[in-house]
Amino acid sequence: MLGRTAASLFWMSRYMERAENVSRLIGVGYRESLTPDIGVGYRDDWTATLTAAGCLADYKAKHAKVTAESVQKFLLLDRDNPSSIRSCIETARNNGRSVRTALTREMWEALNATYNDFNAINPSDLGPARLLEVLDWTRERANLFRGAMLGSLLRDEGYCFSQLGTFVERGDNTARNVATKYSVLLPVNEVAGGGRNLHQLETILRMVAAHQSYRYFFKYAYRAPQIVDFIVLRPEMPRSLRFCSDWVVSMLTRLTELTGVGAGSLAAAKEIQAGLMASTPDSISQEGLHGYLTDFLSRNAALAARTAADFNFG
Amino acid sequence: MLKKQAYAADTKAIFDEMLRADASPRPAYAALAAWLERQSQGGIRRKQQEADAIFRRLGITFAVYGSAESNERLIPFDLMPRVISAGEWRFLERGIEQRVRALNAFLYDIYHRQEIIRAGKIPAEMINDNEAFLPEMMGFDPPRQVYSHIVGTDIVRTGEDQFFVLEDNMRTPSGVSYMLENRETMMHLFPEIFAAHRVAPVEHYPELLRQTLESVAPATCEGDPRIAVLTPGIYNSAFFEHAFLADQMGVELVQGSDLLVDEGALWMRTIRGRERVHVLYRRVDDAFLDPLNFRPDSMLGVPGLFDLYRAGAVTIVNAPGTGIADDKAIYAYVPEIIQFYTGEKPLLNNVTTWRCAKDDERAYVLENLHELVVKEVHGSGGYGMLIGPRSTKQQRQDFAERIKARPTNYIAQPTLALSTCPAFTASGLAPRHVDLRPFVLMGERVRVTPGGLTRVALKKGSLVVNSSQGGGTKDTWVLED
Repeated sequence: MLGRTAASLFWMSRYMERAENVSRLIGVGYRESLTPDIGVGYRDDWTATLTAAGCLADYKAKHAKVTAESVQKFLLLDRDNPSSIRSCIETARNNGRSVRTALTREMWEALNATYNDFNAINPSDLGPARLLEVLDWTRERANLFRGAMLGSLLRDEGYCFSQLGTFVERGDNTARNVATKYSVLLPVNEVAGGGRNLHQLETILRMVAAHQSYRYFFKYAYRAPQIVDFIVLRPEMPRSLRFCSDWVVSMLTRLTELTGVGAGSLAAAKEIQAGLMASTPDSISQEGLHGYLTDFLSRNAALAARTAADFNFG
Repeated sequence: MLKKQAYAADTKAIFDEMLRADASPRPAYAALAAWLERQSQGGIRRKQQEADAIFRRLGITFAVYGSAESNERLIPFDLMPRVISAGEWRFLERGIEQRVRALNAFLYDIYHRQEIIRAGKIPAEMINDNEAFLPEMMGFDPPRQVYSHIVGTDIVRTGEDQFFVLEDNMRTPSGVSYMLENRETMMHLFPEIFAAHRVAPVEHYPELLRQTLESVAPATCEGDPRIAVLTPGIYNSAFFEHAFLADQMGVELVQGSDLLVDEGALWMRTIRGRERVHVLYRRVDDAFLDPLNFRPDSMLGVPGLFDLYRAGAVTIVNAPGTGIADDKAIYAYVPEIIQFYTGEKPLLNNVTTWRCAKDDERAYVLENLHELVVKEVHGSGGYGMLIGPRSTKQQRQDFAERIKARPTNYIAQPTLALSTCPAFTASGLAPRHVDLRPFVLMGERVRVTPGGLTRVALKKGSLVVNSSQGGGTKDTWVLED
């Protein structure tokens, strides 16, 4: 397999994963904006949404004011924003297109139809009802793509690179999402309690699509240490850092078996995994949640760079 | 849906592939015409929509250069198949094989002793001053002495037995992926009509292409040769085809940046390190193949590739320099070329061609612009061409000036009354002009894929079948006895 092919498969999956994450973030931001704030008006925290999506700097370079409508357009449709859903879908599709031969027909059709259908969306009729529809649709398409991949792709190197992209991106997204709201999870806020705090805790879980599974898993109300446990450390939670890390280790293990290269990447991935396995909600709390998450983000990014070097991506 | 009398009236004096002037179907079309009479327009329209959806979903698109609003377009696919009888095909096949063998012999000769010039059949300046002639190829023997491994011969028909070769595409002909996908789509949409016809299959083309490529691997290659398809990338108009063929053959699709020349070999960068490439099916033009030997600004090729080729370490398919054989200025000499190398009379006709470089021929062209088709010698894709009978006075005057300014740049041909075939239009079935591009593979042996790509001018009365000019494609059936 060509190094460029591996790179395209890796980025194709990263961008499909990112499209799904951005769609969820816009949905959460929109939901927030419908919730009455304490006192007067509504909670409106589109700046947090931009931060979680990693787009705040790009947004500020282009817009002076943060308004719901312009943030939504920026995150959904703006080609100048490399992480907008439109850009993600286009980049994923162009990566897929350039390595068309490494994809199955089902995967390509899922990607290509998503791209075609998205282009048919008329930005001027994106009212509230339509907005939620488009966001749901984006998640459905990401699910379709993943299903097509899991159901049809040969379990060889291509599969490993594609999955590697998915889980490197997902780990990054989860860590970033939680980092923007980390203060809600600080022990000091536990004391305050109250409606506002519960709502904020639920928002964090929604950002990683875990509010329902949390209740099923823990069978009791939202508590910060359990939420940290769930989102960061639990191997059962499909967006937790641990879950992502397990997948990255397993894909790199398989890749080194198949190719005989990549030992350095695998060692780095195992180090991240070992760190997560050795952590507890308490130890994270002592170390500082925000620092813990930023440390993960930088290690995860370094791992991606290392993998690209090991497998001739450049 | 088919109303034979009305359809036949519409064909006027033009040769229609389906119906005779008296509205009776020709034998090869009899079953199809009967089937068409039973179909409803709405039913066919639904199938047409289904076909369009299939093509869009699969991403069978081509890029249109210079059109910003939609840089990927669908080539219109017309559902009505074009049918060729077994007898017609046997004749075409023989004629095409004769022609490509002669042109390959011509290429060998031109890049070696140039006997044909010594014999006075072609003036030396026609070769030496021709931009398509590649002096770097002189004295080099490509494996099996094959230059054009993949050829797409453009053929038009004007009557029962009148076939003309319009162009010999000996460089990097495209369109074969449409031939294959058109057939797939038709078999999916209309299994019942395939049951009523014995249509020669085309789906083994990728396998034959692979065999052809393997058969011309460098002599030094031990074991199974490694093949790669070289594409300029996703923004090239034929990218879909490059990816499609690589996929169907099960070989790598590479870009210039994936390749490197080192230690006297061609390598591709893989996740395991580098791997040898023995045969490169390139879909990149000669000028862009190797920045060290040709255009230095090319980002699409591989530095040092041509030297490697000349050293026999890799085979480039088609060979560089084949453009001299399909040059429009050389075209007029092809009948001579066939006679010279095969000793036979050409089976397929050439279209009469006037070369504007010659004083007397130019005078004739300028006097008869309203009847002729004028083409740029190096033009392609239907650009830079004048169709006399369809032109305005102003356009003819402009062209006359251009011809006088650069006579060597133009040739002229009579306007051929291209045959028509039924096409599915907004107002039902109607005759539309078509051409035919059969695909030829030349390696160990010559193979002509039965059928090929039929292009159809979907605009009423139009003679331009190029996809960049509103043309579409059809499935092409060669019937077996």
